[in-house]
Parts: sequence; C-alpha cells; structure tokens
Amino acid sequence: MGSSMQIAYYPGCTIKASAHQHEGAALAVLRTLGVELREMAEWNCCGVVHSLTSDNLIRHMAPVRVFARLREQGENEVATLCDMCFNTLARANLHARQQPEQIAAISVTSGDELSYDGGAGVLHLLQVLRDRVGLAAIRAHVRRPLRGLRVYPYYGCKLLRPAEVGIDDPETPAVLRDLMQALGATVVEGSLQTQCCGAYHVVDHAEIVAGRVAATADQASAGGAEAIVLSCPLCHYNFDTLQATSGAPLPVFYYTQLMGIAFGLEPDQLGLEEQQIALLPLLQRHNLVHVKGEQA
Amino acid sequence: MTITMRAGGEIDELLRKVEALSSQNLAGCYQCGTCAASCPLRGSMDLPPDALILHLRFGLPGVLDRQTFWVCVGCDSCVEHCPRAIDVSKIMAALRQISIQESGDHLALAQLPETALRRLPAIALVASMRRHTG
Amino acid sequence: MTERAPLISMQLMGKDYSVPSGLTIMAAIEYAGYKLVRGAGCRGGFCGACPTLYRRADSHRIFTALACQTLVEDGMCLVQMPFVPLITKPYELQTITPRPNTLLQHFPEIAGCVACNTCTRACPQGLQVMDYVQAALRGDTKRAAMLSFDCISCGICSSRCPADIKHYAVGLLARRIYGKFVTPAAPDLSARVAELEAGHYHGALDELVGMSPAELRVRYEQRSFEAVADGGEAHSATKRYNSPVDPVDFQDEIER
Repeated sequence: MGSSMQIAYYPGCTIKASAHQHEGAALAVLRTLGVELREMAEWNCCGVVHSLTSDNLIRHMAPVRVFARLREQGENEVATLCDMCFNTLARANLHARQQPEQIAAISVTSGDELSYDGGAGVLHLLQVLRDRVGLAAIRAHVRRPLRGLRVYPYYGCKLLRPAEVGIDDPETPAVLRDLMQALGATVVEGSLQTQCCGAYHVVDHAEIVAGRVAATADQASAGGAEAIVLSCPLCHYNFDTLQATSGAPLPVFYYTQLMGIAFGLEPDQLGLEEQQIALLPLLQRHNLVHVKGEQA
Repeated sequence: MTITMRAGGEIDELLRKVEALSSQNLAGCYQCGTCAASCPLRGSMDLPPDALILHLRFGLPGVLDRQTFWVCVGCDSCVEHCPRAIDVSKIMAALRQISIQESGDHLALAQLPETALRRLPAIALVASMRRHTG
Repeated sequence: MTERAPLISMQLMGKDYSVPSGLTIMAAIEYAGYKLVRGAGCRGGFCGACPTLYRRADSHRIFTALACQTLVEDGMCLVQMPFVPLITKPYELQTITPRPNTLLQHFPEIAGCVACNTCTRACPQGLQVMDYVQAALRGDTKRAAMLSFDCISCGICSSRCPADIKHYAVGLLARRIYGKFVTPAAPDLSARVAELEAGHYHGALDELVGMSPAELRVRYEQRSFEAVADGGEAHSATKRYNSPVDPVDFQDEIER
C-alpha cells in the first residue's frame, strides 16, 4: 500500500536506544494507516528540556539547529514521538518566533551557520493520529478490538504543559482516552494522570520518582486498570523500572504497541518483550496475542 | 536565630537577579499557595514554592541553601494553575542557575555509580545535566 | 634556483617574529629559534601532536590547525597546544557487551552536548565531530565510528567544547566496539599475527635495529608498497604523506 501522507520525522535519542520498541511499533502502525515518517537526514539531540532562564542562550542552540536542519532539507514540518523532544522543540519554536533577536544572537556566536525564524511546525505523533489521520480511520483499521482490557492513560507533563504548546486540555486531556476507546479498550481515569512522574530525578534521586510512580500506579490499580498506557520514553522508563515490587506491577505500554495489537500486527514488530514488566501475560489473558507455536 | 527582614528597603540582590533571569515579577504573588497545592513533588521540598517566593521577596537568608528549586523538575503544574500567571518554573530555573554559578555543578557525573550509568537512558541524563550543571 | 621567500610577520606566544612566507607553522616556529620537544611528531598530519590555536587580524574568532599542515599567514598570532588533558575510566573491550547506551555509560558527559558545533568547526581533519558525538549519544555506534574514522586524536575539539566532552576518546571507543563486534574478522590479519607470534620476522627486525640512521634512511626511501588486489596503483596513505620529499625537519622545508 502506498503512503498517502508523508511527514519528516525527528526521532530523538532515546527513541533510537532504550525506547526503540516505541519507534518500531509506531512505524508499523503508521504503515498500516498509510503514513510515512521520513527520518531527517541528520539531526541532533534537542536538549530534552527547554532552557528557562533569560540569558542561557547556548541551550537554545540544539533545538534551533534541529529546525535549521529541517529547513536545509527542504521541509517545513516535523513529527516526533517523544514527549520531551516535542515540548522542547515546540517551545524553542515559539521562542524563535517571539524573541527573534535571541536567535540572531545565537546565530552570530555560532559563526552564522544557524538561522531560523520559528516558522516551521512540529507535531507530536498523537496529533498526527488525532488531527491528520483521524480516530474514524484508526477505528476502521481495528482487527482485534482490545475488548475488556482496562487501561489507565498516563499523560505526564510534557504533552500538556505549558498550555501554549500542549496538544490537549491540560486539565482534562482526552487524546489517549479517545484513542484507547477507538481501539476498543476500557479506560480508567484518575487525578494523577496529568501529574509529573519525577522525570530526570531517576538519575540521582530515584526515591522521588519511585514515590510518584507508586502513587500513580496505585490509583490506576484502585480504579481497576490492568495496564498503564503512555507516550513519553522517560515516563515509560520510570514506570517500567521503578514500580514498587510489593504488589503486582502494572504493565506499561506505549500507545503505539496497543494500536499494533488492535490492528492485528505481528507482535514481533511491536517490541513487546523489551520491557522489564512483562506485557505478554496480560495480552494472552485477554486473548490478544498468541505465542508462536502454542496454538494456531 | 535572628532573622533580618527587609521590607520596603532597597531591593535584595538575589531577588533582583532572580527577577532578571526568570523575567517574572515576584511582587505579583499574593501567596495563595496554589503552586504548592498543585505541585506533585512538594513532599520532597524543604520549603513550598510560595514560601520560597516570600523568602526571596523579604530577602531572608538561606534561600540558595534550600532544596526546593533542585526538586522542581519544571512540570509546569503550578504555572498552569497560578492565578497571577507567574511562571514559578522559571523562578526555580533562575535559582538553579545562580546556585550553579556561585557553587558549581549540582550533579557529580563522575560520582554516579556504574550500575546507574549502565541502565540510565539518554533522556534522563541529558535532562539532569541541563538542569543541574552549568 | 633559490629565491628568498618574502618575510611575513607573525606572533608566537605574544612575541613578534619575521619568518619566510610559505612555511608551515611548525617550520616557522623552528625558524624563529624554538626547538620543539613536545607538540611535534610525525610532521605528516597523522599523529595529532601539534594542535595550534591562532587568531587572524581580520576576524574576532580563534582558529585551529595542525602546525605541520598549515602555512603561516601574515599577522597570525599563534600558540602550540601540545597536549589536551584526558582521563578516561579504563575499560576492557573483551568484557564489554555492546548495548545502545554503552558509549553514554563510558562517557556520560556527552549528555551535556548543546549542539553548538564548535568541535566541528575546530576539527583540523574536517570531521563532523558534533554529529558523531550525537550519534554516540543515541547509541548509533556505527555512525559514530564512521564519522570519526579519520580522527587523529589531536584533542582540539575537546579543548574548545563548552561541555568538556572527550570527543576523540568517544570516537575511539565507538570504532573499537564497531571493529570488534560489527565488522567481519580480517583473515589476512590473523594470519599475519600468527606469523609474528611464530617469530617469522625476528631476523628482519634485528637487521633493522642494527642499521645506522643513514642506512635506515636509504631503506626508508626505497620502501615499496603492496600491490592492490584489483591491479590498480598501489595506494598508501603513508606513501602520500611521508614521501621522501616531505619535510623531515624545518631545514628541508626552507631549502625546498
């Protein structure tokens, strides 16, 4: 099937390393939907977080360079899977539009090789799915509805805040809920869905992250959820590696993996075995995957 | 302990720096505490964000010794909820930057245990370095 | 025919000198009377021992070069940087299991890269240094190895980096991992190693060790190169750069 939609693609570092199952699942799902993500020829780390102080200009160079490179290759819009990349790129883009004099200052110190006007667009994959592909088309591709699977969508911070770059209502986001319902899953919601997981404190204050992860997983379990579904590779790492081991930890899915399951794609395209917390037992319980050689 | 309060006097140097770096006017804060109430990490802070702002405004000593601005990861929950439209994340970022300039990096990369380095994803290390080192 | 080259003015470590134009920086330093005991090596652009920092009158920027590969210019102000400090945690390639974050694990400071591209602009080899560091950050060992292949470890990149990254050590580990785990083993190499271990070349080596410098030089200038498999012209990077007419010291270069 030919692709009816092509979009330039900025993967981000973690998607290429510890979160490559998300990329694998996304590309497989998008092929099914007739969307082709074309990876940028050359790209660099965006810096993960937006530089917040008024004089730390050097830290805007990384995301600005991503846009400059996008322009160099003749594109004006780029999609990304990673929430933190999305947020950093979107905020840098806004910054370039609102404070062009700062971008000019960066340009001068960088030897005039960087110039960017803030005019390109950046999309999160969830926006592509919701706004370009549409939930109706996604629903039409479901071959194996996730009937009976109860999932807790976790949004975290970077998809939603600050509101000027967020892709959904920061208080009551719906995009993951709507997507999961389109796949036939049952959605469990709670107040901690939009609260931070502790993010990079996993580096040297993992106890802060463990506390947030435990509270959120407890809320999801109490609501009857059997799994957490999310988008951000850092949230994924935190939920997958720091859930308290006393109770039964909830499996953590990227939404692209659940889309792949519902579309009836081969499980080996979806990186289902690359998590610490096993995904397959839950999927087998719901008869959503068959282990090869077990039954026809 | 004696605390010197500076109310209505000359503007505190630290406050001036924080306002310049964060582009925020701290006098706009009316101490409703919404930032603290909405902060998912307030339990790990040694001073809630609203109190930190008050300490800054009054020029109280010891602001840079607090952990609050290191605990803040800039999730922007408070920013979303502040009725005075104050970007508390930027205030925290300004304090981190001032502290790093005065006292050096807050993350000792060379001290991270080998086991942590073997598993940590790039996204966590990059973010941590951006927030904790100059 | 010997025609005196016109003199140009340059500053070496803040002191003014007049040197003939057309000299390399290294030859100019020696012409000015300095004896290089550090910061000089192969004189052929390979060893990376002679990084130089300089400024030009017409720019506010600092430029970088290898002293043996770059000609002096009128108005140049320069200094040799014979060594860029490097400390790496020891690693044992035999025990490394390559994973996507192996390079990051050994060199976590690459996480501090701000993509300013200063390293790339500074590289005298013209490598895409920032891009190979970025490839290392995302675990793309192959790309990091390929992009850093021509690195000569002069260290200029690291001396200019605001994030204090040890670029050349990152590239070296990437190439080592790529060489050990990805590229196929070279049968010729293992055959030669076996010959060496069996002592096949001890006699030839002893003969070389016993020669006088003059005899060695003759032998060096007469050396031959292996034929290439497809019958084309024998190519050797060493032949091109270390040919007998290349300067072996500044006197050679001045007389030429």
